[in-house]
Amino acid sequence: MGFEKFGRKSFTGMTKTAKFVDLLAEGKIEGTVCKQCGAKYFPPRADCAACLSKDMDWFEMPKKGKLETYTIAYYAPYGFEKDCPYTMGVVEYDGGLKLFARLSGDLKPEDIKVGMDVSIRPIKYEDGQLSFEITKA
Amino acid sequence: MAKDVAVIGVGQSNFVRGYEGSIRELAFEAFREAMQDAGITNKDVDASVFCSAPEYDKQRSPAGVLAEYLGLIPQPTFYVETVCSSSSTGVKVAYSMIKSGLHDVVVVLGFQKMSEITSAESQERMGRGADIQWEAPFGTMMPAYYALYAQAYMAKNGLTHDDLMNVRIKSGTYGQINERAVYRKGVKASDFDPNNPDARMAAPVAWPLRVGDACANADGSSCIILANAEKAKAFSKKPVWILGIGAASEAVNMASRPDFSKGLSVGYKAAEQAYKMAGIKPSDVKVAEVHDCFTIAEIMAYEGLGFAPMGEGKQLIREKATYKEGRIPVNVDGGLLSKGHPIGATGGSQIRTIVLQLRGEAGPMQVPGEPDIGLVHNVGGVGLYGNVTIFGR
Ligand SMILES: [Zn+2]
Repeated sequence: MGFEKFGRKSFTGMTKTAKFVDLLAEGKIEGTVCKQCGAKYFPPRADCAACLSKDMDWFEMPKKGKLETYTIAYYAPYGFEKDCPYTMGVVEYDGGLKLFARLSGDLKPEDIKVGMDVSIRPIKYEDGQLSFEITKA
Repeated sequence: MAKDVAVIGVGQSNFVRGYEGSIRELAFEAFREAMQDAGITNKDVDASVFCSAPEYDKQRSPAGVLAEYLGLIPQPTFYVETVCSSSSTGVKVAYSMIKSGLHDVVVVLGFQKMSEITSAESQERMGRGADIQWEAPFGTMMPAYYALYAQAYMAKNGLTHDDLMNVRIKSGTYGQINERAVYRKGVKASDFDPNNPDARMAAPVAWPLRVGDACANADGSSCIILANAEKAKAFSKKPVWILGIGAASEAVNMASRPDFSKGLSVGYKAAEQAYKMAGIKPSDVKVAEVHDCFTIAEIMAYEGLGFAPMGEGKQLIREKATYKEGRIPVNVDGGLLSKGHPIGATGGSQIRTIVLQLRGEAGPMQVPGEPDIGLVHNVGGVGLYGNVTIFGR
């Protein structure tokens, strides 16, 4: 339990990676790293597909990355309509990790460019849901 | 190239909005046409495979229900699912069943009644279309995912909105002459003009993609009947052989995807396998069906399939090389954009188009020059699954 607090609206409450939400509450955005083989995962995983280990640790995601791509959604699925329009994108980090999230609402469309330097930060919605977003570096 | 397994019959329902019947009746439409095309009876069929995207079906485990309705019991039957590529996956499975010697003749039936559920139910399901744990909580949906690919691709390769529009105009050209298509109207540049108050295609859905960049939902069914060489020669005057099959999968989460500007990895990975198995080059393909669920997907497919170098797919649409009279005709039945995209039926419908082209029976859509090799590229989800199948006479 605990994962129902993740995101604008969560679709599942049960996962062994629910600690991700507790970490968000502490202001940290973390992935998991395999203690056996060192493979790094974001989004986090409880199990390592590379070496079959279940022995994972948490690590903090890098702050600085580049915006690989983005989109502005003018239509939304059920439960997200009130947020429209909103922007979502993919951040690419040195070393191969990537991250998917919404972009902060204070970024204007004309300020968003593929390849620009970006950062990430945890956020709390007015209803108490916890998430993270992409911001200007 | 081995000629071990052939298509001996093809069928497709009309692709429509709001089919007035049940899924079993919808399935019967394609089945009847394919059986009459093959000239066989249900006693000649050894097994059946049914394909759809299950979230639209009210009926649990539809294979048994549909097999009974089509008169295919007590032969074995089962269900196969890879979302939008379900029925080309079904054909791959049937190919394996025949090639192994287990069965001689197998029916693959793809169907989708998207109007089986209400639009409110459909809206709810759309939110669960991808990784429900890590991505759906941000409010993702299908057009937004393809828009991520479009944005990265356009930024790197100089593809313009006019290029995307021209893909849609090409689809409209052929949707108009395909009597099975859901969208029978032609498409003009003025339909994309944001200053034209009647331009329904100009509005953004998920920027940079607009309404006109997206395919049409539809209800429909498709049926492909496959046979081994002995039965194919006995039953069919014009068997169309499966020469090559490739298939691949990719991470569901966008955070685990390779370079977005290179297009869908399942496309180029499946293509490489299929070309190798068939022993042919991209330039040997005379007619192709590609998965154009969005205009950008067709451009990316040109490159993934080797019809154009990486980053140069735009040249094919600029030069009209993918029109019927062009160097490599693509989606000359209207594609998913105009013919429509009844998820589970789509792959089978693409295969039907190619089989008719290779037999010279495509009517007003027939590619000139008696094409001898055709290719089908069918993608499931946002490049979660991909099948490339090569056919020859
Ligand atoms: Zn490991």
